[in-house]
Amino acid sequence: MTATGIGAPVRRKEDFRFITGAGRYVDDINRPGQAYAYFLRSPHAHATINKIDTTEAMKSPGVVAIFTGADIEADKVGGLICGWAIFNKDGSPMRAGAHPALAIGKVRYVGDHVAVVIADTLAQARDAAEKIDVDYGVLSAAADVTTARKAGAPTIHDVAPDNQVYDWHLGDKAATDAAFAAAKHVTKLDIVNNRLVPNPMEPRAAVGEYDIGSDSLTLYTTSQNPHVARLVLSAFIGLAPENKFRVIAPDVGGGFGSKIFIYAEETVCVWAARKVRRAVKWTSDRTEAFLSDAHGRDHVTHAELATDANGKITAVRVSTKANMGAYLSTFASSVPTYLYAPLLSGQYNIPAIYAEVEAVYTNTAPVDAYRGAGRPEATYVIERLVEVAARELNVDPAEFRRRNFVTAFPHQTPVIMAYDAGDYDASLTKAQQMHDVAGFAARKAASASKGKLRGLGYSAYIEACGIAPSAAVGSLGAGVGLWESAEVRVNPIGTVEILTGSHSHGQGHETTFAQLVSGRLGIPIENVSIVHGDTDKVQMGMGTYGSRSGAVGMSAIVKALDKIEAKAKKVAAHVLEAAEGDIEFKNGKFTVKGTDKEADFGSIALQAYIAHKFNGQELEPGLKESAFWDPTNFTFPAGVHICELEIDPATGVVTIDRWTAVDDFGNVINPMIVEGQVHGGIAQGVGQALFEGAVYDSDGQLITASFMDYTMPRAQDLPSYNVGMTITACPSNPLGIKGCGEAGAIASPPAVINAITNALGHENITMPATPEKVWKAAQASAQKMAAE
Amino acid sequence: MAMTMKGEVDLPATKEVVWKALNDPEVLKSCIPGCESLEKIDDNTLAATAKVKVGPVSASFKGKVNLLDLDPPNGYRIEGEGEGGVAGFAKGGAVVKLSDIPTGTKLTYDVEAQVGGKLAQLGARLIDGVAKKMADQFFADFAAAVGKQEGVAAPAEAQASAAAPAPAQNSEAKGWLQRLIAWFMDLWR
Repeated sequence: MTATGIGAPVRRKEDFRFITGAGRYVDDINRPGQAYAYFLRSPHAHATINKIDTTEAMKSPGVVAIFTGADIEADKVGGLICGWAIFNKDGSPMRAGAHPALAIGKVRYVGDHVAVVIADTLAQARDAAEKIDVDYGVLSAAADVTTARKAGAPTIHDVAPDNQVYDWHLGDKAATDAAFAAAKHVTKLDIVNNRLVPNPMEPRAAVGEYDIGSDSLTLYTTSQNPHVARLVLSAFIGLAPENKFRVIAPDVGGGFGSKIFIYAEETVCVWAARKVRRAVKWTSDRTEAFLSDAHGRDHVTHAELATDANGKITAVRVSTKANMGAYLSTFASSVPTYLYAPLLSGQYNIPAIYAEVEAVYTNTAPVDAYRGAGRPEATYVIERLVEVAARELNVDPAEFRRRNFVTAFPHQTPVIMAYDAGDYDASLTKAQQMHDVAGFAARKAASASKGKLRGLGYSAYIEACGIAPSAAVGSLGAGVGLWESAEVRVNPIGTVEILTGSHSHGQGHETTFAQLVSGRLGIPIENVSIVHGDTDKVQMGMGTYGSRSGAVGMSAIVKALDKIEAKAKKVAAHVLEAAEGDIEFKNGKFTVKGTDKEADFGSIALQAYIAHKFNGQELEPGLKESAFWDPTNFTFPAGVHICELEIDPATGVVTIDRWTAVDDFGNVINPMIVEGQVHGGIAQGVGQALFEGAVYDSDGQLITASFMDYTMPRAQDLPSYNVGMTITACPSNPLGIKGCGEAGAIASPPAVINAITNALGHENITMPATPEKVWKAAQASAQKMAAE
Repeated sequence: MAMTMKGEVDLPATKEVVWKALNDPEVLKSCIPGCESLEKIDDNTLAATAKVKVGPVSASFKGKVNLLDLDPPNGYRIEGEGEGGVAGFAKGGAVVKLSDIPTGTKLTYDVEAQVGGKLAQLGARLIDGVAKKMADQFFADFAAAVGKQEGVAAPAEAQASAAAPAPAQNSEAKGWLQRLIAWFMDLWR
């Protein structure tokens, strides 16, 4: 390991510009003659649009144009798409309702886009929007899955009269039912996975621009995957061919999945820019973000776990209703299906699993991938089931897990996944030691003496990430491949630009990717620049989500670096006047085997461009290589989190006292950044467990649409974490990386709830476990104890 | 989101006078906070516009009000809905009943209202408070107005008798005025 190579805790190169305010986000971008867009949004959850009268609004000062769905339709521009096909139990395709960028004939959720006003200033656009007269025919709304599936519920999309998007299943039902029939003990749980609003620090924004001379479009957008955005806007929505369409995602301030998707706003901005022949800018305000960013989670699940006489798990049976919101967002359909059910085996050897998932339209904002995407929901199901089963069987929850761990690899689960490497017992044992689980009883007694309830909860999670390989996801219905690309450009004096299809929006790629290159080429890390987020610079890429940038994105760089090294060796052979086979490259130096002849990387780069030392017919000048990398499997990060907390039964306030996380992310590029990802992930998971919840009332009104009503976790709510690691290298990529971006958010919610229920002595609590709920539950505990 | 408000208020006027005032667009207009216009379209329908501010949300509401179950001079049901553009909408109704008391007329009201859009998103916590405040103001003004019509010499006192009871009416029973106001507001939204 060098000081800046793989494994070094290099400080993030990008942080200087971020903490000094020198970052360049979409809202920092202003184009000459730019106009501003303001979206008039539906105040109704479900209504027909009888008429939109823009006459008065058009007279408003500064108005450039006002467009409605009819205008977009007239331009033959397509609607937004869902790029993952799911099939019903009977083999028929899912029922995907049309998703126009601006509503046509009907609005389906509060915040749905009714019209866009484009004006010289934002204030003028807002003022004009006030004057648009929309005649709504209000319809009854269905704001939750149960209401939406009731007989007589309002139909949200005509293609799905009963609001069922799909009725999907996975696993062997007969084998699972048989295992349950033969079970010694069955644990049953009803689980709600609460709906979350992503809330990245930077809200979404877009600037669309049209260049008359080249008849081309440019879109600056807050995207985690600008190439996918261009692909969708070009090929499916039909705004312009790819060669006339540049998408730039500059600095992006967090996404957590919510910026994967292609939304109405950027579609409209870039479309309108051509219509009005001016750049058009839109920046979401926070309440717009609450209303219109794709939300996360929102599952209602009944789950059962069967055990035999030896306390071994024999089967798991899960039935889930997933709220998809009013429209299918870009990858929404995959989240409660292939990103969910295949993880229901957890870290355990479970012979039979059967999961059925019903996806349901409701009059709420679309729901799609959010940090973990399906895997937090699966982990919550299996880790609550396992914990409760252990308690019911009077077995220590850690021991029960250990008894059922997968211990031999590769391990084929009954639900698609083939776990390639891991050591789950190592993580559990290390976590128990680091946490001082042995001292818990004494700490609990000390809490009790102060009138507090103390609880300890485990979560032994596994996730599948580094989302890929392409053929595998294609066979599951994905409309795209999930490889990654990289291009290594070595400049004549030996500095390097890495063009990557991954996109950094907080992950620190400019540092970790540069570490890989610095270590491999033996050059200073300052000499490596990472270029991403611009379709005119990077040819093609799949973007960043699913903890895939390390495992897939960096692997592509490795492949391109392999080619660079091979080419540079050819150049070095000419320069050093030796046979190519005798050239060795190490620590930034080319040497000739058995001699003292050497040349550093920079001088060989220069020679590659000067091209005096070799015949251009035999060897191409220059030093630039690219690679596409498609891995052989998903990666399977896993680990154990232990949450220990104290409940004040008088107030219901939960105080997390200690948190231990031991993760196996495979090989680690930068331990400091990995630890930061774990910290952030836990904070988000604790947010879900204790604070966050998007609430729609029965009319479909979002009543948690600001930080006044939607609680985010704060520093004071979180302890100082103990973070440890175990490492089993991932065999399916050249770096042995598994990915760490989502693990914390996946692992932590069940750890919190397992700790709370451990403290309370009963299982009757739902997320978010707010003080009000915990107080009520604590009263129930007290009554139960009194009765006993 | 739904909101309910119930209450009663004692007015220094006879039932007939109160009833008349309740059906007089001019009186209502002058009493409804923020009301910019209130016009009778027909006997039982009014068109209204009002400017309302709830916390950070300020908007002009346009809507229609229908008077139903008319039982002069004992009461009616009033229903309506209003659109406030980007601020959202409000709709709702109120049952208003009048009864004789020694000092004049007791008006009871029972309001049920729904708000949506920005009002629900940002104003949810504020709406009850704003509605009550508007109700207080409405009933104070309304008491003064009916007092005047009744020929009560001292509107200030009449006003006091309506406004002062506010504490007595307190949160649950702030008076039909509040409800009226509230539903009016809602209507305009």
